[in-house]
Amino acid sequence: MSSVHLEGVTKSFKDMVAVDNIDLDVREGEFLSFLGPSGCGKTTTLRMIGGFEQPTSGKIFLGEDNVAGLPAYKRNVNTVFQSYALFPHLAVAENVGYGLKRKKVGKDETKKRVEEMLELVDLPGYGDRRINQMSGGQQQRVALARALVNRPGVLLLDEPLGALDLKLRKQMQLELKRIQSEVGITFIYVTHDQEEAMTMSDRIAVMNAGHFEQIGAPQDIYEFPATEFVASFLGASNLLDGDVESGDGGMTRVKLAVGSTVSVPTNRMPAGAGHVRVGVRPEKLHITGAGATGDGGGTSANGHGANAVEAQVMVSTYIGVSTSYECRTSDGSKIVVYVQNLGNSAQPIGAGATVRLSWDPEHTFAVGANGGGK
Amino acid sequence: MVKAAQEMKPEAITERRRGWFLNIYTKLAIAYLFAPVIFMIVFGFNDPQGRFNLSWQGFTLKYYSPSRLFEFEELNQAITHSLTIAFLTALLATILGTLIALALTRFTFKGRSALNLLLFVPMASPEVVLGAALLSLFVTLNFARGFTTVLIAHIMFSISYVVVTVKARTAGFDQNLEDAAGDLGASPWVAFWTVTFPLIWPGIMAAALLAFVLSLDDYVITLFNNGGYITLPLWIAGASRLGVPVQVNVLGTLIFMIGAVYAIVSIIRTRGERVSSIH
Ligand SMILES: Nc1ncnc2c1ncn2[C@@H]1O[C@H](COP(=O)(O)OP(=O)(O)OP(=O)(O)O)[C@@H](O)[C@H]1O
Ligand SMILES: [Mg+2]
Repeated sequence: MSSVHLEGVTKSFKDMVAVDNIDLDVREGEFLSFLGPSGCGKTTTLRMIGGFEQPTSGKIFLGEDNVAGLPAYKRNVNTVFQSYALFPHLAVAENVGYGLKRKKVGKDETKKRVEEMLELVDLPGYGDRRINQMSGGQQQRVALARALVNRPGVLLLDEPLGALDLKLRKQMQLELKRIQSEVGITFIYVTHDQEEAMTMSDRIAVMNAGHFEQIGAPQDIYEFPATEFVASFLGASNLLDGDVESGDGGMTRVKLAVGSTVSVPTNRMPAGAGHVRVGVRPEKLHITGAGATGDGGGTSANGHGANAVEAQVMVSTYIGVSTSYECRTSDGSKIVVYVQNLGNSAQPIGAGATVRLSWDPEHTFAVGANGGGK
Repeated sequence: MVKAAQEMKPEAITERRRGWFLNIYTKLAIAYLFAPVIFMIVFGFNDPQGRFNLSWQGFTLKYYSPSRLFEFEELNQAITHSLTIAFLTALLATILGTLIALALTRFTFKGRSALNLLLFVPMASPEVVLGAALLSLFVTLNFARGFTTVLIAHIMFSISYVVVTVKARTAGFDQNLEDAAGDLGASPWVAFWTVTFPLIWPGIMAAALLAFVLSLDDYVITLFNNGGYITLPLWIAGASRLGVPVQVNVLGTLIFMIGAVYAIVSIIRTRGERVSSIH
């Protein structure tokens, strides 16, 4: 296994910049995902690490060596392709053994390692099958075995589960995770499915328009998105415009456009911005009828009062495990609230009601306002 | 067609009526295609009294005996010429055409679309024109006509067919497969021979067969450029003025039989493969 290190990597196709001056550090044995919308450059970045595409500029280190410029077959990296790219004219065992044959590994050794691999991916005894006699999920496993049998330093996976149905996909997610911890190889995994990225990754690199928006552990990225793009790409989030008023030690006061003033932990404020967007996740909000004096949010541990805004319920939707309220503030911002059904709520709040939405300042984040807000 | 008829479900009356019509139509089409072949075969067993093998005069097998079959030295030579040219054409046109097909499907280069279009010229232009044009080219270059000019001419008109046939195979080729081979440590050269080539091989074989048959068959272009290198079609055409000997029918029958056996074997083989891939 080895680490991967990108330094100022750029890739242009003619005038179109697909990957724009990115830096990245992938640790040894880590499971890192590239997450981002279609066309943001995930595959291109992966292909540059694999050696199928050469960067226009920048350095790519595998372990200690700068491999930029080397073709794929000279890199100690293997890839699981989205389409699997299994060789249809070869049997399963020949597919898996293809890389070992290129490395001139002996016949007996090859046979042994191929069998071990088929065992690992749960396909023992399938070696003589032809590829077109395997189901989609089985082909996926063959592709994985074919890559892993070479004991690469890094395994690249480009949406490897994209072609599978939901159930198989969930199952393979767990399987992949198990295999990764068993073999201990660095995995770089491309997906545009945020749930998949969340459940599998040690860290996620959120990608947008050719650059990384944020790189961090799933919780960090979800709880404290660094940019508006990350906030809205991962899960639902509510963003309110505001201006920085004052800061004391731990908390910064932000005056919202809707009128109230809220506290945001200073370490989650974007640097140097006067105008910001304050965010909070829907499940962190408490909803109480207007006029009710008790605040549902309580106060935060460091003594600050709860953040709160007034809003009007537009739609309330009963989902079973929870109820979702879509509210609108006086300045027109939309706020979504999820309330868990604990079975003790007095009565559901109907559309049209004016409510007070409150939350713990600790659950607040702020991002720079792109393009001057809404 | 047999397969289509079997798969047809007898649910709708119209379906069944169409099946009946299709059946008759198929038989008529086959009869139309095979009538000349059947005449050729039948008259290979004829025992004509004069020079002309045009009316039935009695059954004989004597023209199937090697001593009679190969009794004309010129005919033997023409067969040798034709087979030599056909073999070399198949070999060279297939190599060149395959390389063109690969280049056309995997690279974008200057003049690519022009080449794509130009490939159709030999297929679309009348053979007389091609033959005459080649002749004037050879005359202008002061190039003696003979074996070489016939071979050049045959490769020239076969190449387009080879490219089109192989391209059908290379166009459907998943480029990721070569990437995958490279990913697993194969250099481009090794990747080509272990992955690309085996996968496009059926297309290459089909193309070679086509080139062979086209070459064996050609009359018009060879007529212009042979310079005395007489091929089988040329010899038969020349002989027809004096009466085509029965041996020609016999040779035609034998060539047809080789083709028929080949077709039947390959049908059985693919059917066997299909059955085994179900299990
Ligand atoms: N060979 C190429 N030539 C020209 N443009 C390309 C090429 N490959 C990729 N691009 C462009 O680069 C951009 C990034 O493509 P890439 O395939 O990396 O996106 P992606 O993030 O993998 O998207 P998806 O989730 O749809 O797979 C796209 O706009 C794409 O059109
Ligand atoms: Mg992609």
